[in-house]
Amino acid sequence: MNTAMLEARDVCQYFGGLKAVEKVNMRIDEGDIFGVIGPNGAGKTTFFNICSGIFKPTAGDILFRGETITGLPSEKIARLGMARTFQNIQLFKFMTVLENVKIGFHIRTKTGVVSAMLRNKQYREDERFANDKGLEVLERVGLMEFKDTLASNLPYGIQRKVEIARALALDPKILLLDEPVAGMNPIETKALSDFIIKLNKDGYTIAVIEHDMKFVMNTCNRILVLNFGQKICEGNPETVRNDKGVNEAYFGKGLIVGGNA
Amino acid sequence: MTSADIVFRRMPAWLKILLIGGLSLFLLALPQIYPKSYAMGVMCRIFMYAILAGSLNVINGYSGQFNIGHAGFYCVGAYCEAILAVRLGVSFWIALPISGIAAALIGFLVSLPTLRLRGIYLAIVTLGSSEIIRLLFLNGNDFTGGPIGIKNIPSPYLGSFKISKSVDFYYIFLFLAALFFLLTYRIIKSRVGRAWVSIREDELAAKSLGVETSFFKASSFMYGAFWAGIAGAAFAPYFKFISSDMFTLDEGFNILSMVIIGGQGTLVGPIVGSVIVNFLTEFLRPISQYRLVVYALLIIIMMWIRPQGLVGASNSILAGGRIRSNGRKKSAGGSK
Repeated sequence: MNTAMLEARDVCQYFGGLKAVEKVNMRIDEGDIFGVIGPNGAGKTTFFNICSGIFKPTAGDILFRGETITGLPSEKIARLGMARTFQNIQLFKFMTVLENVKIGFHIRTKTGVVSAMLRNKQYREDERFANDKGLEVLERVGLMEFKDTLASNLPYGIQRKVEIARALALDPKILLLDEPVAGMNPIETKALSDFIIKLNKDGYTIAVIEHDMKFVMNTCNRILVLNFGQKICEGNPETVRNDKGVNEAYFGKGLIVGGNA
Repeated sequence: MTSADIVFRRMPAWLKILLIGGLSLFLLALPQIYPKSYAMGVMCRIFMYAILAGSLNVINGYSGQFNIGHAGFYCVGAYCEAILAVRLGVSFWIALPISGIAAALIGFLVSLPTLRLRGIYLAIVTLGSSEIIRLLFLNGNDFTGGPIGIKNIPSPYLGSFKISKSVDFYYIFLFLAALFFLLTYRIIKSRVGRAWVSIREDELAAKSLGVETSFFKASSFMYGAFWAGIAGAAFAPYFKFISSDMFTLDEGFNILSMVIIGGQGTLVGPIVGSVIVNFLTEFLRPISQYRLVVYALLIIIMMWIRPQGLVGASNSILAGGRIRSNGRKKSAGGSK
């Protein structure tokens, strides 16, 4: 059995008496588009925050490409090759789109205070790298026309794309997207879905939290369902669609015992 | 991204060269045109406070920390130079960088709480450490001169030329200020500057992109403290006498007011702030101590109508962010 890209083993996160995440196991393989779904408050974002190092789990382990990363700070995890976006978009609002993406190149450049003061070869190489590659990323995501616009002046859907572009600048092995299509109309959703599939073909492993069922069922090849912090189902879209626990979590129990909800 | 920045960038190249060339020529020639010792003294102070305010601006304006105890770093630099020069007879040119490094080391110590604190809590720590530094020098007895301070700080020599008059120091302060703004400009326009600004704008996002926020917060404190130390080290032989009551919290607030009036997070802001506050000091001499009331009013008015400062852009996070509380920081799906 090959090593998983991202693996969670019995991960728990308690906030006082609240069990936000309770003994969740997950396995994302290389090349997956992995969906995490669940009703509001199921612990999806908390789970992502644990994976990306924002929270240190109460118990359990996170393994990234076979290496334990439990409790590492998020900047170290980013360096190992994990990039993420946020549910409530966290762009550098008062910087232009290109500047936002340039910060994404932080871990791939090395200029320190001294090279910056001297403007030596290291500085010139890094600046050229960040600028050229930044434009390349924007081209790929289709944001060229907005490169000099302040991030806060962009419409919601475009801001989400900028956040993805910024994450791509890290050249990550795995990309965690927290509700990437929230607030988008069906056309934008379809476009982003196509884009994610394209990224996946380019070799990125993707994990995505989403409420939009159509999006998840059409895009993901494996799905994890959480409810009240616990895993209730994991499998391909077909399995999840027919799972009784999942249906109950979303629609409640049917009136007739054993009936299809 | 600031308005002054944009105006400057949009100028044609010849105008930029003319502007910078004309200004430097004017500043270089000023002592020859108008060599009054009073005017030179005011100019020396303007340059020195431009370095102090500029270095505080790196910490507060760019990396978004809240340091109100900058006088402490200034104090370390001044005492370090004075002690080296008076007690050990070290040359000014060697004592100058040593004082900067000493202040940077203190800056590193003060930056340690930034790993856990932000906003007003951090401000209290910097306030306290500034006072601790001053009191250590005040109670240092013979070594630091105690409450009497250090007198007869020797003038530096350039070859066999003794630098003692205000006109001579004018060039030293001008050179140091020019060097400071050139180097700071270069750092701000690099990966390091972007990392600093990313911490100010959104620390959580910066971390998720692999920015080692602790390292960059510490480096901004150290860089700012270094230049405050340099300013202090140049001040000591210029004034020929230092004592701990020159580095009180008032001095720290004085520097802070220049940054706020000029515009945080801009390169030109602290220079503008230094010019305005120093000229005000001169104009308000007749009303002596009441001028402090004027400063305070000025800060209140600035915070009210133009929180981003005179040259700050209205589209900066500093423009709207001040009025809302410092605890407005949001994080992904929960509190940190």
